[in-house]
Amino acid sequence: MNNVLDNSTPKQAFPAVLVRDLWMSFPGKRAGEQIHVLERINLEVRQGEFVCLVGPSGCGKSTLLNIIGGFLHCSRGDVMVEGQPVAGPDPRRIFVFQENGVFPWLTVQENVGFGLLRKSAAERAAIVAHYLEMVGLTGFERAYPRELSGGMKQRVEIARALAANPDIIYMDEPFGALDFITRLKMRADLVRIWQSEKKTILFVTHDIEEAVQLADRVLVMSKRPATIQRIIAVDLPRPRDLDSAGYLGTRDEIFSAMGMSLRIGENVEAPARPAHGSNSPDAPQPARR
Amino acid sequence: MSNAMGSGNARGRAFQWSSVILPVIVAAIGLLFWDTAVRISGSDIFPRPHEVAQGIIQLIRQGLLLKYVVASLFRVTWGFTLAVLIGVPFGLLLGWYTWAFRAFNPLIQMLRPISPIAWIPVAILWFKVTDKAPIFLIFLASVFPITVSAIAAVQNMQPVYLRAARNFGLTQMQLFRRVILPATLPQIITGIRIALGVAWLVVVAAEMIAVNSGLGYLIIDARNAGKRYDLVVAGMVMIGLIGLVLDLLVRQLEKFDEVLWGYANR
Repeated sequence: MNNVLDNSTPKQAFPAVLVRDLWMSFPGKRAGEQIHVLERINLEVRQGEFVCLVGPSGCGKSTLLNIIGGFLHCSRGDVMVEGQPVAGPDPRRIFVFQENGVFPWLTVQENVGFGLLRKSAAERAAIVAHYLEMVGLTGFERAYPRELSGGMKQRVEIARALAANPDIIYMDEPFGALDFITRLKMRADLVRIWQSEKKTILFVTHDIEEAVQLADRVLVMSKRPATIQRIIAVDLPRPRDLDSAGYLGTRDEIFSAMGMSLRIGENVEAPARPAHGSNSPDAPQPARR
Repeated sequence: MSNAMGSGNARGRAFQWSSVILPVIVAAIGLLFWDTAVRISGSDIFPRPHEVAQGIIQLIRQGLLLKYVVASLFRVTWGFTLAVLIGVPFGLLLGWYTWAFRAFNPLIQMLRPISPIAWIPVAILWFKVTDKAPIFLIFLASVFPITVSAIAAVQNMQPVYLRAARNFGLTQMQLFRRVILPATLPQIITGIRIALGVAWLVVVAAEMIAVNSGLGYLIIDARNAGKRYDLVVAGMVMIGLIGLVLDLLVRQLEKFDEVLWGYANR
């Protein structure tokens, strides 16, 4: 599986993704009305980096990822991927969708091999088997998606993305619909896969804990019209200890960057119950705003 | 179409005796009710169930039943096949291209409510009293449900499948064959099933007027030639039974693994 992008210029010379002064607005319901979604977005994702884009619900982070992925056109600005302006979706950068884009009429192995039609059958089978093993779905080759759990379906989609051997994987809240335990497991597996495959990953989530568990850097977006208001480097060794001071400190830094309180039920005497994405029982609770 | 998981899917549902016994009981009660009602009324024209059964046996002995059933099925096969061959591609096209939908949808919605029965005089004018007239009527009756379901199937397709397909760089032809067709197939099959029911409904009506063979002809002929109501009802019973068998056959199409996902709750 050699690199598709083999031209004279060394690929390392470019950032994987470079967004410069990007603006996005949609036409509103009334004539002439414009809804401004993204304003003055600048960002850079380095080769092989794992970057998470977090922000409040509806802030436009999915829109931004769809523009970078070539599914939408921005109103203004430049998007360069691997040094080239983005013209549309491209098999060298595969998108993993929030709503699960696994094809229900194909078996697991047919789904994973979907992007490999130009390869010989033997080569295709080897690649499919390799990535099914990587995502832990060996033995489910001939199952149909309707027979799988939500987590397994997301694994199929990740395997399908990897099998196409892209340089970059865009992930749009891929674990959003999964339960807490499954989500934790999926994140651990994703980090392991990223470490072995050395792909660039740009990952959109509204879950701050998820971002800190996964990313090299976290880009924090503001409310709409959204801009990137903070870039937080997560300087924590992997595997990450979710109880370490460094982890909790980084998490709290993002919380405060988003202007969120770490206390739930401020005026109640009893300690707040641990709610996912907000707190954990034994975490220090600095009063930040 | 083997299956890695085995049980737990809709296909592996166990055979239920109640799905045979209950309908048989309902049929038996219905027959009893029919028989009692005729006896109480004292009608000597309307047949009792056993007289209808004798009528069917008589038709079989004369070789008429098979001949008429084959004649009716022949017309349905032609009209219906033409409707599938034209309706499915036409519907997919209209579902995919918005301009085509805008152009043709009003015409389709205008022609659709015109009963095929209303076309009978036109059919006779164009095709005389040949097999072509009922075939044309069956085609007309079934092409609209098929077209409309194919249009809806494309328009209701999950956008995420198209986006994933575009991401993998499929050509227009590959997109159609590998994504649009399989994604729309479950709903198209449902449209085909509805259309076949309508086609069978119409062949009988068409045969009552335009031709001299088939189950529709049998009913009208038995009525006109000596008020043989036992044969009239025999024809009706055969139409119903064949309709039931046709529906069961088309339902088998819905059980393939490639389309089963589209019928989640069955």
